Amino acid sequence: MYKYDEYDQAIVDARVGEFRDQVNRRISGEMSEDQFKPLRLMNGLYLQLHAYMLRVAVPYGTMDARQMHMLATIARKYDKGYGHFTTRQNIQYNWIKLDQAPDILAELATVEMHAIQTSGNCIRNISSDQFAGAAADEVEDPRPWAELLRQWSTFHPEFSYLPRKFKIAVIGAEEDRAAVKLHDIGLQLYRNDAGEVGFRLFAGGGMGRTPMIAPVIREWLPKGDLLSYVESCLRVYNRYGRRDNMYKARIKILVHEIGAAEYARQVEEEWAHVKTLGLDPPASEFERIAGYFAPPAYDADLPDTVDRTDPDFTLWIDQNVSAHKQPGYAVVTISLKPAEGIPGDASADQIDLMADLADKYGHDELRVTHAQNIVLPHVRKRDLHTIWQALEGAGLATPNLDLISDIIACPGLDYCSLANARSIPLAQKIAGRFADLDRQRDVGELKLKISGCINACGHHHAGHIGILGVDRKGEENYQLSFGGSAAEDTSLAKIIGPGFNEDGVVDAVEKAVETYRGLRTEGERFLDTYRRVGLAPFKEAIYG
Amino acid sequence: MGELLRYREDERHEEPAVTLDAFLGQTNATAVRLESDEDARALIPHLGQLALVEVSFPKFRDGRGFSAARILREAGFTGELRAQGDVLVDQIPLMRRCGFDAFAPEAAIDLDALERALGRYDDVYQKAADARTPVWRRRHG
Repeated sequence: MYKYDEYDQAIVDARVGEFRDQVNRRISGEMSEDQFKPLRLMNGLYLQLHAYMLRVAVPYGTMDARQMHMLATIARKYDKGYGHFTTRQNIQYNWIKLDQAPDILAELATVEMHAIQTSGNCIRNISSDQFAGAAADEVEDPRPWAELLRQWSTFHPEFSYLPRKFKIAVIGAEEDRAAVKLHDIGLQLYRNDAGEVGFRLFAGGGMGRTPMIAPVIREWLPKGDLLSYVESCLRVYNRYGRRDNMYKARIKILVHEIGAAEYARQVEEEWAHVKTLGLDPPASEFERIAGYFAPPAYDADLPDTVDRTDPDFTLWIDQNVSAHKQPGYAVVTISLKPAEGIPGDASADQIDLMADLADKYGHDELRVTHAQNIVLPHVRKRDLHTIWQALEGAGLATPNLDLISDIIACPGLDYCSLANARSIPLAQKIAGRFADLDRQRDVGELKLKISGCINACGHHHAGHIGILGVDRKGEENYQLSFGGSAAEDTSLAKIIGPGFNEDGVVDAVEKAVETYRGLRTEGERFLDTYRRVGLAPFKEAIYG
Repeated sequence: MGELLRYREDERHEEPAVTLDAFLGQTNATAVRLESDEDARALIPHLGQLALVEVSFPKFRDGRGFSAARILREAGFTGELRAQGDVLVDQIPLMRRCGFDAFAPEAAIDLDALERALGRYDDVYQKAADARTPVWRRRHG
């Protein structure tokens, strides 16, 4: 994975000094909270219900063991001994003191980490496929491009005061594990008929209060033109994105209002000029970065089979272990969704343990997934049993990847100042209702996503089952939606009818699942059955 | 009203800036003020006669002026490019990179903080409208 050179390190070190200076000016009163707010946000520091929350960037979700250990250290030293992995492949800490934030950044900088642009109306952390470099269906590793974009977007002078936040995702496979069409810009590497690899560029997707699926803005973009083209996309947005209403300020509204064809026309016109400015680095810079993402030194001739005599181990293998492109290797997804847990939370000890496993058995690499789990992307199949035992001992071996209890949930009203309803207790109740793993496995893949307000941090629009918490006359009320998907078959979930209280929505989810079980045909997931039969039978079962 | 900060050698331009509409309607003005929702490209045919373009920042969150500045510099404008309005000390280094070389902030700027901010980063990741060399070029000579 990428390693800083002296330039990267100097920039991150300088950032620590800059933020310390800004915090001092705020504490001394030289700067108002209003003026400080965009500066602290651009460094991932939010003021929440109980304390400051600090969001640390994990660029494209990739880390090594040393970095992961540092996350544990920060959890112990500056927080209450745990951290929360997020849908942006980052980690956030919920109990931070303002005056300690610069010290945390200084510690992060020692392991090539930072909190730059994890919030604010700027280009956010670049996200990517958590199986990048390991997936069998990959055309090319997207991470070097994500790193190139990370550097380009860091302190971008023109795009630090955009109308609204801006999220970019890059993938290199047909299967979309990063929800590219639900991003402000989504980039997909693919091979054209001539055998060349380039990008397909989507723009104007997003969730939030107005969910939209991004249209294709450019079907084919040569790789070497990436930065100048994205720069052109951003410039059109910065100039013409709405600033009169923060709820209409995302690029999706601009693209929707003027139309994808007109937006594309304006971008092309801008690019005709911008590409002459020499903004694109030479191929040698891309090659330098790509060199860091060379495949690990795989052992040849490893056994490609796994001993399946231990039934609990086998259950975990079948659910949480995915195919690796290299024979003898596998991809492990560590579930951070134990029964009664908080989705995405991990204790400092658990974080340390996962780091140790990566160091010992995983070619020193970890990934954070947008579904709030952790991946060991390169492990030998012969080590799987040892890894599983270690995870089992730490409460990290829940075999529920992509099952109904592998819930995405935002922090909700337990932490967040924007939330209208709690998400975490509801996630726990649903997971509890389906506690029987055999039942979960019988139901099969079912992506359930919960947001505690319309900002949709819990991705409810993209859930096979999506739940949105709202405030209804002072009571928490939950709206149920079906039919969303964040994968390559991207779709937006539709509200099925009147909302429920907390227990009511758990009952409704159960009825929906039972309806699906009665209607499904061989091999159909909940989503497939719903798409085939439509809402009526589900509605009848729930409201009838 | 803060004092005018200039990063130019030439004399301060004294002619008051006219609005974009007024400028486009009269041919002899040498200073123009661009509101944040006005198109900087409208000035491109007239850059030769302009000594000063003042770009308005009605709120510090309104970042349209950053693009306006780059567009004017990319089109070859060499006169004074002044950011006026709700301009904050931590924005000035970014504005300098976009091509602004004068600042008329509404509120006084802490000059020590500004000096620290301007000297903060030895290196930059991207090419912009200033003369700074991006890191990728340094890496590859």
